[in-house]
Amino acid sequence: MTEHGMRGQGLSGQRRLIIKIAAGGALVALLALLPLLNISIPGVFPGPTYTPGTLQLLAYAMLIAALALSYHLLFGLAGMLSFGHALFFAAGAYGLGIVLRRFSPDWLSPGATFLVAVVITVVLGFVLAAVVGSLSLRVTGISFAMVTLAFAQAGSVVVRRNPEGLTGGEEGLSLDVTNVPSFFVGVLNTRNLYWLALGVLVVVYLVVLWVERSRAGHVVAATRENDLRVRVIGIRPYGVRLLVFSIAGALAALAGAAFLLLQSGVSPRVATPDFTLTLLVIVVLGGVGLRWGAVLGAVVYTLLDQRLTALAGSDLIAGLPDVLRIPLSQPLFLLGTLFILVVLFLPGGLAGLAKLGEHRTPRGPRRARTIAAEGTTR
Amino acid sequence: MTDPIRTESPRTESIRTEPARTEPILRVRNLYGRIAGQQVVEDVSFDVPGTGVTALLGRNGVGKTSTIRSILGLIERTGEVTFAGSRVDRLPTHRIVQRGVGYVPEDREVFAKLTVTENLRLAERDAHPNRALVEALFPDLVQRRAQLAGTLSGGQQQMVSLARALLNTNRLLLVDEPTKGLSPKIVGEVTEALLAAAATVPILLVEQNLQVIRRLADRVVVLSGGRVVFTGDAADLLDDPELIQRYLGVHSGADPADTTTDAAVPA
Amino acid sequence: MSTLVLLLVTGLGLGALYFLVASGLSLIYGLMGVLNFAHGSFLTVGAFIGWEVSRRLSDGSWWALVAAMLVGALVGALAAAATEFFLIRRLYNRHIEQVLVTVGLALATVALFEGIWGTDPTYVTSPAWLAQTTEILGARIPNNRFLLIALAVLVLVTIVGFLRFTRYGLIIRAGVENRTMVTALGIDVRRAFTVVFAIGGAAAGLGGVLASIYYGYVSAHIGSSLLIFAFIVTVIGGLGSLGGAAIASVLVAVLQQFANFYLGGTGDLAVVLALAAVLLVRPRGLLGAKGSTA
Repeated sequence: MTEHGMRGQGLSGQRRLIIKIAAGGALVALLALLPLLNISIPGVFPGPTYTPGTLQLLAYAMLIAALALSYHLLFGLAGMLSFGHALFFAAGAYGLGIVLRRFSPDWLSPGATFLVAVVITVVLGFVLAAVVGSLSLRVTGISFAMVTLAFAQAGSVVVRRNPEGLTGGEEGLSLDVTNVPSFFVGVLNTRNLYWLALGVLVVVYLVVLWVERSRAGHVVAATRENDLRVRVIGIRPYGVRLLVFSIAGALAALAGAAFLLLQSGVSPRVATPDFTLTLLVIVVLGGVGLRWGAVLGAVVYTLLDQRLTALAGSDLIAGLPDVLRIPLSQPLFLLGTLFILVVLFLPGGLAGLAKLGEHRTPRGPRRARTIAAEGTTR
Repeated sequence: MTDPIRTESPRTESIRTEPARTEPILRVRNLYGRIAGQQVVEDVSFDVPGTGVTALLGRNGVGKTSTIRSILGLIERTGEVTFAGSRVDRLPTHRIVQRGVGYVPEDREVFAKLTVTENLRLAERDAHPNRALVEALFPDLVQRRAQLAGTLSGGQQQMVSLARALLNTNRLLLVDEPTKGLSPKIVGEVTEALLAAAATVPILLVEQNLQVIRRLADRVVVLSGGRVVFTGDAADLLDDPELIQRYLGVHSGADPADTTTDAAVPA
Repeated sequence: MSTLVLLLVTGLGLGALYFLVASGLSLIYGLMGVLNFAHGSFLTVGAFIGWEVSRRLSDGSWWALVAAMLVGALVGALAAAATEFFLIRRLYNRHIEQVLVTVGLALATVALFEGIWGTDPTYVTSPAWLAQTTEILGARIPNNRFLLIALAVLVLVTIVGFLRFTRYGLIIRAGVENRTMVTALGIDVRRAFTVVFAIGGAAAGLGGVLASIYYGYVSAHIGSSLLIFAFIVTVIGGLGSLGGAAIASVLVAVLQQFANFYLGGTGDLAVVLALAAVLLVRPRGLLGAKGSTA
């Protein structure tokens, strides 16, 4: 941008924006067409793109991407290191599951009931996040991380305890399809669920974009760099942080609700703190602070996880001596190691790697954030 | 370079006997410092001679403390810092200090939850620290050796902070606002302690109190907007009310707006 | 009455475990500002290797138990020191990245433990006396609780003594208060980092062996499940405060036992509620320093 003259900048900026929107639109259109195409990428997808297996995997990756985007609002935009974000995803998945089981009024058609249930679930995610946030945000930095972790753990405990048979305990909760539109039910409709996941991802992306561009987004980004500067202009960072935290919670709940439909059920695994750690890994892997970094990270992580799991069960691995077999048969060990290497040697993540060729350095804003973090943690 | 013409200084004679052009103990060239990405020191260059007191002056918030902290590597910095003939601008703080720098920070920064003795023990770098000297300078601290430093008065804390720097045989002291917020009596004691120290070790001093500057400084370096705007003999600046007003924003007496300085001027 | 005593002593025993994990976490955080997610792995690896050695010596004897504890502490210390030296140190002063690295390490090591020792719990054999009970005021208390409490107290005393009477202890105490100033006195504070990690790792490794006596088994997740409670304990006690960690460990564990017994197994939730209450009333924790709410 800077190499352009002052006169050309407005025009060029506008042109860039148009190109960006066009490219984004084209990408979404391509993704939307994928179920109608027959593309095979051996080693990445389990089968051609029109098969339910591949569509399921891609839809899963897109929902994780939506979730990672909502986490990006917290960690990337606001610099809030939350270890409890899985709680809201679980709230979305379990919330919709429970509402669909318990909420079935006569005066509403099944389709309307379904829509109302989804709305209730997302509102629930927002309210839960507002409550958790209002407490957790009383502390900042590392304490905040620990406190959100504690809440997530509490959520996980509740889910496993199966209060009044609501959550199904260790077994998890299966989807009650009574009021679910039939085009979202069954393996034959995986294609529709794929489109639903794509829709959720686009919606979440747009909301995240909107929040980032809004006044609250600017303020909360400023609080990341310098708490004091924001206080000086008379805004309490607490309020905007809470707002962003709650919106992120609602978006996570939306992704969770779609996840329930895609998987026709939900297991307590999504409520565990480990699941949030996975999210953190995804966001950092993709590149902190970048929207498409979160999306990229989610897709890469999901595909890697899937492929590594397949690899772990293969004969190739089984034939190796223990020293190699044991680590290679543990996808999480490999992903964790990869993550450590990225943190140590690739601070900009995968997106930073791509940017490295394009621009000069991806490290500027990260540096500033690190120092700001130091300021708030000591 | 160092040619103090002020007769009231008891050290004048000893300094006169030094060669007129000694190698500076500290050379700062094009020093830049940043805190959280913000430039707080900008292209600062000056020398600290091998003897006497060099005062680093300037209005509040001009970057004096940041300059000292950049020299020590306590904040992110670039530029050339040469200490006793070798470059130290890439060294971590502890290595710079180990080469013989004593640091008396702004606001004293004693360890509040450690006792006086523990504060001092922690600071000892030499095999044979000058405990006797410190005890002679600050008899108060001997009595309070078992007391937690956090419970000391401001003046006593400043003595702990000074003592930490004087325990070791240093080649340079960096002393940042040693009289800030102290009562006139304590200001006098601190000033005398620094004067005694200056007989054996060069000092780079940041100070607001003009009386203290007059008493201690041989040379002055004035910062404005993060840059050096004046370097020279202390007398050249201090005898010129107009310069004082321009560079330090105070009248040559006490500044009524600056209560700290006002209260701290010894009678 | 006997129930009360039983709950109290069992709570103290569990609190001892929490303390063994939380003491290291709190010290590490206090000195370095690092939230160490890998701390649970130090505990797990200490437990596994401690028992492996003990099993090869003579299963179920006191000697083997002592060996397990010593080996566990040593392994924990080595693992922790290596973590500090090879991973944390490279990211000096970049706290978020330091946390991230420990997160990665925690994920990777738990997976590795599962690969090596399997996903099922490994049951341990300890001296028969530990499995028996002793009657106090009508309460039949499992003997292992006494061992846990005694060793936690021993660890507390040892750490306090180390902090009070050694040069490293002095540097660590000063560093917790103001690390920058320690550096400015010419001290390489990074060496103290390794020491703190090693101490914390040793306590955790010992805690691992004791935790497996308490639960009767070792599993790849034994560390991570204790870690979350240790986090809560450090926040309630006040980050960086060893005394706070000790007090909060006992309070949290006893509260948990009582809630589990009297409120229908809601111990875990009661602990989180207690955390919320502490945050509302006193965000810096029971014994946390002023301004260290972050």
